[in-house]
Amino acid sequence: MPLLEVRHLVKEFSRRRGIFGATSVVKAVDDVSFTVERGETFGLVGESGSGKTTTGRCILRLIEPSSGDVVFDGKDVLTLSRGELRRARRDMQIVFQDPYSSLNPRMRVGDIVEEPLVIHRLGSKAERRARVRELFDLVGLNPDHLERHPHEFSGGQRQRIGLARALALNPSFIIADEPVSALDVSVQAQVVNLLMDLQQRLTLTYLFIAHDLRLVEHICSRVAVMYLGKIVEMGETARLFATPQHPYTRALLSAIPVPDPDAPRQRIVLDPNSFNRAAPLREIAAGHYAAT
Amino acid sequence: MSDIAGRGARDAGREGPGARDAGREGRGARDAGREARVGVAPSAPRTPDPAPRLLSVEGLNTVFDLRGGTAPAVIDVSFHVNAGETLCLVGESGSGKSVTALSILRLVQRPGRIASGSVLFNGRDLLTVSEREMQHVRGAEIALIFQEPMTALNPVFTIGDQIEETLIVHGEARGRAARERAIELLGAVSIPEPDRRVRDYPHQLSGGLRQRALIAMALACKPSVLIADEPTTALDVTIQAQILDLLRDLKKRFGLALLLITHDLGVVAEMADRVAVMYAGRIVEEAPVRELFQNPRHPYTQGLLASIPGGARGSRLAAIQGTVPPLGHLPPGCPFAPRCPRRFEPCDTAVPGVTVIEDRGARPEARKTESRTSDLGPRTSDLGHTTRCYLYSPAVEPEVLPEAPMKKSR
Ligand SMILES: Nc1ncnc2c1ncn2[C@@H]1O[C@H](COP(=O)(O)OP(=O)(O)OP(=O)(O)O)[C@@H](O)[C@H]1O
Ligand SMILES: Nc1ncnc2c1ncn2[C@@H]1O[C@H](COP(=O)(O)OP(=O)(O)O)[C@@H](O)[C@H]1O
Ligand code: SF4
Ligand SMILES: [Mg+2]
Ligand SMILES: [Mg+2]
Repeated sequence: MPLLEVRHLVKEFSRRRGIFGATSVVKAVDDVSFTVERGETFGLVGESGSGKTTTGRCILRLIEPSSGDVVFDGKDVLTLSRGELRRARRDMQIVFQDPYSSLNPRMRVGDIVEEPLVIHRLGSKAERRARVRELFDLVGLNPDHLERHPHEFSGGQRQRIGLARALALNPSFIIADEPVSALDVSVQAQVVNLLMDLQQRLTLTYLFIAHDLRLVEHICSRVAVMYLGKIVEMGETARLFATPQHPYTRALLSAIPVPDPDAPRQRIVLDPNSFNRAAPLREIAAGHYAAT
Repeated sequence: MSDIAGRGARDAGREGPGARDAGREGRGARDAGREARVGVAPSAPRTPDPAPRLLSVEGLNTVFDLRGGTAPAVIDVSFHVNAGETLCLVGESGSGKSVTALSILRLVQRPGRIASGSVLFNGRDLLTVSEREMQHVRGAEIALIFQEPMTALNPVFTIGDQIEETLIVHGEARGRAARERAIELLGAVSIPEPDRRVRDYPHQLSGGLRQRALIAMALACKPSVLIADEPTTALDVTIQAQILDLLRDLKKRFGLALLLITHDLGVVAEMADRVAVMYAGRIVEEAPVRELFQNPRHPYTQGLLASIPGGARGSRLAAIQGTVPPLGHLPPGCPFAPRCPRRFEPCDTAVPGVTVIEDRGARPEARKTESRTSDLGPRTSDLGHTTRCYLYSPAVEPEVLPEAPMKKSR
């Protein structure tokens, strides 16, 4: 049984044009289905606004999906009561895109990491403090810096703080929403190594949302490509990168700047009229799906 | 596009005998000084008349006056950009790239200030010209585009208004002509339906279109130098690819000198002719792009290249440990020493000086003596491949005086 199963997920936002304008409905997530196996890193890629973050937030019910099913560890997340949802959330955590704005600047970092334990009323004060020190150690931060504030840390360190907080409740599943996009490559490598180490040590499952396709190729076992709210292609990372089928995937892969001045460049420009947006995903080879 | 293309005439005027001679004389004198100090001719035979050096930064020091004291953000930085050439400035955030860009245009705000150095442009030192002249340079001669296009555009005016405003302020065009030129410029940066888009407000454009509008605005007065500070960092790869293609095309068509600031080595590989790697305020390595990727010398450059994701899936990435030292907290000796995997005895003693690396590709017989060294001082940008590291020479940086007061501007 997969750890996470998302079926026909839809999220609509209504937007009004101007004060008197008519409201229009945007399908930010439009009939998205995929599964994530235990222990794997599943990548979600696609251009800005394609619905990646919205998908992640719907899975955790940080926003309510319009329709669809989310089954986590055998439980239907969308029908859970508030209390049940709270318990389920201990097992599913999110690390946010922006290490600068996602941490409360007025709180001490030790308190930031401790907060989930307090919210869930776990342990005594002393036990929680010990756990925070342990978490700091786990993510490679100095436990003597618990009293400091977020601005005293670099971007990579702040991302570690976010990760320590996410790990506080011992989750099995983490949605990492662009966890390293704001970081320099050198520091990015530190955080990526940490994510991979923690996955091994704590048997974590990741939904890894990212822009950087090189990174996705490196760490994800499978990947789904989103375009305008839909998954247009999905499959084993190596296979999908080697033989992309959907015109959008091809354009996306051809746009990655290759760090080799002699690499041949053949930019494929996407012609949005060259494919049928309503085409359903179909299996074109074992485990490789494309909406073509 | 005819009007932009019309810059040719203007450029010819700009490079009139006066300006050019002044530039060349300055260069000649410097070169002579360098040769004398080196004692040996640099490895690669220098072309008799190199491409015109349009913008040349020499020994730039920019500091911040903080409560705890004066902290250097840009230290002894020298480089140049030729017409029709792209120089990429790379390095981790906080290494001083943006402060360098701001210093060139004298836009550094308090508590920051330029302590010393010169910025030679068309025979003038921009650090000594009047503020009035500088205002002209900013709009019409050296354009700057930033990472976040939204902050550089005014939300309450249409993009057409904003381009026209630039044209009017610099006396390029007014009235109907200004509007037509704005539309033309939007077309030049490949904004679809420019005659309709000219009436759009910034928030009505996507990130990629906003960045294009900003580039159009930057090009309005036909600058000869474009400084782009992380112009694609906030954009998707597909949009980034389009903007990079656009910049490359504009550079070719108009002979722009492009100073491209980025931390993405993929972008560097695609765009650069030459690359300067910056660390903790200094340029620690400079080389033509191929040379830099094939033959990186500074351990920091090597670390940056190694940390690009690659290799077997799930394998550990080669991270550089630690972080850039914060402003005002430079370690003694080589600033990279606390993070350097190849650090050895001399590294903590003094800042390593600049070393010229022989071009292995061009002179195979030179392989035996790979590097040759001397105290070249800061002016190294013509020397091909240079680095600052004791692995290649024991040269020590001559004491610089970042505190030397800058010549007062008139
Ligand atoms: N609260 C909201 N109200 C209205 N529209 C929204 C809201 N949140 C998201 N959207 C819209 O939903 C779409 C998908 O947004 P989402 O944040 O999921 O994109 P994303 O793929 O994560 O993009 P990025 O790569 O930029 O983070 C976009 O068109 C966005 O403007
Ligand atoms: N207004 C400012 N006040 C104080 N320090 C600053 C200011 N602007 C930049 N700095 C510092 O100067 C150094 C170089 O910054 P910057 O040029 O922005 O780096 P980069 O563009 O390479 O990321 C950093 O240590 C930064 O914190
Ligand atoms: S001088 Fe020493 S510490 Fe600095 S980069 Fe070279 S080897 Fe490393
Ligand atoms: Mg997002
Ligand atoms: Mg910057």
